[in-house]
Amino acid sequence: MATVLPPPSKRQKTAAAARAREQVSPPPAAPEGTQRIQFRDADTGAAQGPVVSVSLADLSPKNLSLLLNSLLGNIDPADRLPYRFYNPFGDGGEFDQAEIIKRYQDGTSNTELQLDIPCRAEAVFKVKPVTRCSASISGHGASILATAFSPATSSKLATGSGDNTARIFDCETGTPQHTLKGHTGWVLAVAWSPDEGILATGSMDNTVRLWDPAKGKPLGGPLKGHTKWITSISWEPYHARDPGRPRLASASKDFTIRIWDAVSGHTDMALTGHKECVTCVKWGGSGWIYSASRDRTVKVWDVSRGTLVHTLNAHAHWVNHLALSTEFALRTGYFDHKGRKEAPDTVESRKQKAKERYDAALKTSGGTERLVSASDDCTMYLWEPSKSTKHIQRMVGHQKQINHVTFSADGVMIASAGFDNHVKLWQAKDGKFLYTLRGHVGAVYQCAFSPDSRLLVSGSKDTTLKAWDVRTGKLAENLPGHQDEVFAVDWAPDGERVGSGGQDKAVRIWRH
Amino acid sequence: MPQNEYMERFQKQHGRRLDHEERTRKRTAREAHHASEKAQNLRGLRAKLYQQKRHKEKIQMKKAIKQQEEKNVKSAEPAQPSSTPLPSYLLERSNTTNAKALSSAIKNKRAEKAAKFSVPLPKVRGISEAEMFKVVKTGKKTAKKSWKRMITKPTFVGPDFTRRPVKYERFIRPMGLRYKKANVTHPELGVTVQLPIISVKKNPQNPMYTQLGVLTKGTIIEVNVSELGLVTAGGKVVWGRWAQIANNPENDGCVNAVLLV
Repeated sequence: MATVLPPPSKRQKTAAAARAREQVSPPPAAPEGTQRIQFRDADTGAAQGPVVSVSLADLSPKNLSLLLNSLLGNIDPADRLPYRFYNPFGDGGEFDQAEIIKRYQDGTSNTELQLDIPCRAEAVFKVKPVTRCSASISGHGASILATAFSPATSSKLATGSGDNTARIFDCETGTPQHTLKGHTGWVLAVAWSPDEGILATGSMDNTVRLWDPAKGKPLGGPLKGHTKWITSISWEPYHARDPGRPRLASASKDFTIRIWDAVSGHTDMALTGHKECVTCVKWGGSGWIYSASRDRTVKVWDVSRGTLVHTLNAHAHWVNHLALSTEFALRTGYFDHKGRKEAPDTVESRKQKAKERYDAALKTSGGTERLVSASDDCTMYLWEPSKSTKHIQRMVGHQKQINHVTFSADGVMIASAGFDNHVKLWQAKDGKFLYTLRGHVGAVYQCAFSPDSRLLVSGSKDTTLKAWDVRTGKLAENLPGHQDEVFAVDWAPDGERVGSGGQDKAVRIWRH
Repeated sequence: MPQNEYMERFQKQHGRRLDHEERTRKRTAREAHHASEKAQNLRGLRAKLYQQKRHKEKIQMKKAIKQQEEKNVKSAEPAQPSSTPLPSYLLERSNTTNAKALSSAIKNKRAEKAAKFSVPLPKVRGISEAEMFKVVKTGKKTAKKSWKRMITKPTFVGPDFTRRPVKYERFIRPMGLRYKKANVTHPELGVTVQLPIISVKKNPQNPMYTQLGVLTKGTIIEVNVSELGLVTAGGKVVWGRWAQIANNPENDGCVNAVLLV
């Protein structure tokens, strides 16, 4: 029997009538008039092209993008860059045609005055949001604790697990490729070298091991030296390394950071000075190593001399994680979004390209490497260690400990994942708060930006992954599928796939 | 000087016998022989008491030996901080894993469909209406026809309940016997949490008792597990879950229930 709906109440009827009345009135037409505009680079403030006059009706972002491209001489459709425009009235928000018209009408702005429109070129390629689980690969015998995609391609994913092995998966076919056996404790950290030649794994058994990812064989024996487990591994940037002598830094629970020569397998130096477990280490592109520790400090080390440069004190509790504004460029080295296809052949040209990519990444962050640290005291600090040991901005808003923080690939935004079930987005330039991404119902453990910086994926204790649209701060895609907590998530540098793993022992590959 | 410490006083004044060390050595050496002799030859109650004493001594000895052994052992590997593998960022954080374990255990159980309809207490003692209801005879009208009943068992009453006017109220559920919370145990993990009751789903005695929200042994209730943070495969929060009352709330003054998984 069909349910008969009750007749609408008076309130519903009046609401419907009001809605109908509103629909009748047409949208207000843009008034006649022209606006003088000047495009400016959002990061540097440099003028882009000459001042032009545009009629108010044509001030849509799409038209502006076309105009800016032609002003800059990108006539060929293949050369055109997608641009993003910001609010010219200075609050950093999205560009809005309606607001300009409104200001014109109420007289607060004048078409005679010049309007500076900040703009920023976006990535030429577009990553589609991941929507489905393309493969669920079982194989690991225990929880997956770390994942990392190869810097060159999204078809290779390395995972570290609680069953004392690391595995390399072939994501094209969704099958395990190599099992890397050797550790006698949980594998807590995995890191690919930026040239994809070596995979480093750090373990609960106090050793770091190096593997040949193509063959799945160990490269030499374990790197012994630490007396407690390894918490984090970071490779030397490709543009800074001596030819044929790649190095890596490992942080450990034993309060030290060790720098290893990956070829000889010896410790180059041990950086001691922290008074508690070192939670995170990042090798910067300008010869500095940044380390975060539970002793509430972030320390900056000079690699060439092995000395402490700065100690950044501000946090009131454990520092959990660090992120560098140039991290994406350092991680991928000389590989751009096209991967192996367009990688240069010789070492010099590779080095040069890696350097170019690093310099380009530096430019958006104001010419120096920026650092953001996330802590148990529910705050984050934005630092510019090369300029000052004072922080630029203290970022507050999280209600519980912040576990993970990451810069977007273009260095424009910061995302932080906390135990308060929220992901928050911040402006990297000044640490201004942008959005809270609400949706998870459990602690968010990790998050990863897509390489075009338009999307973000976060993995949580509530067993789901969620993909977010960074521009609007809205949920783009909900990705249920894991049976249990998601411990590790990574977005491939070419944007094709997302890999995740957690307590349900299955690695999942997500794609559009 | 206390009167009973004359031996200590003598020792302080004159020292010990010259053969004191040898005598104590011999005495301790003879102890095993004495023990053995007693164990073999005592009879009756004395034997029983002696065995009891000896048993306790042996337990203490074994404990001491074990402690000593543990002290000497050098562990080959660093002890892993917990049995379940955790990523480095969760190590040494004092998480409450109870609810989590609960959730995964429930999921595992669900995978095997067999035990879906079985409950921990399949049979309950029948309760007669005479035991359940007390006839109320106060007041002019009720005394004559005695149509009013008071429920003598604990009940659950929803949060938005308001009593009907006295004239029409047939069943009285006393305030003192109302319960809002239940101590819910997970049967496999032995985790017990106090959770708010949402509703009474089924009283096996009588459907009318279900309507009235009577809490007796074997009643199925719905409890609010949202604070445990259980999540479905789709990422939704699990809110209500069923449990069966395992005790006699009218005797104990609390509601103890077992979660149905």
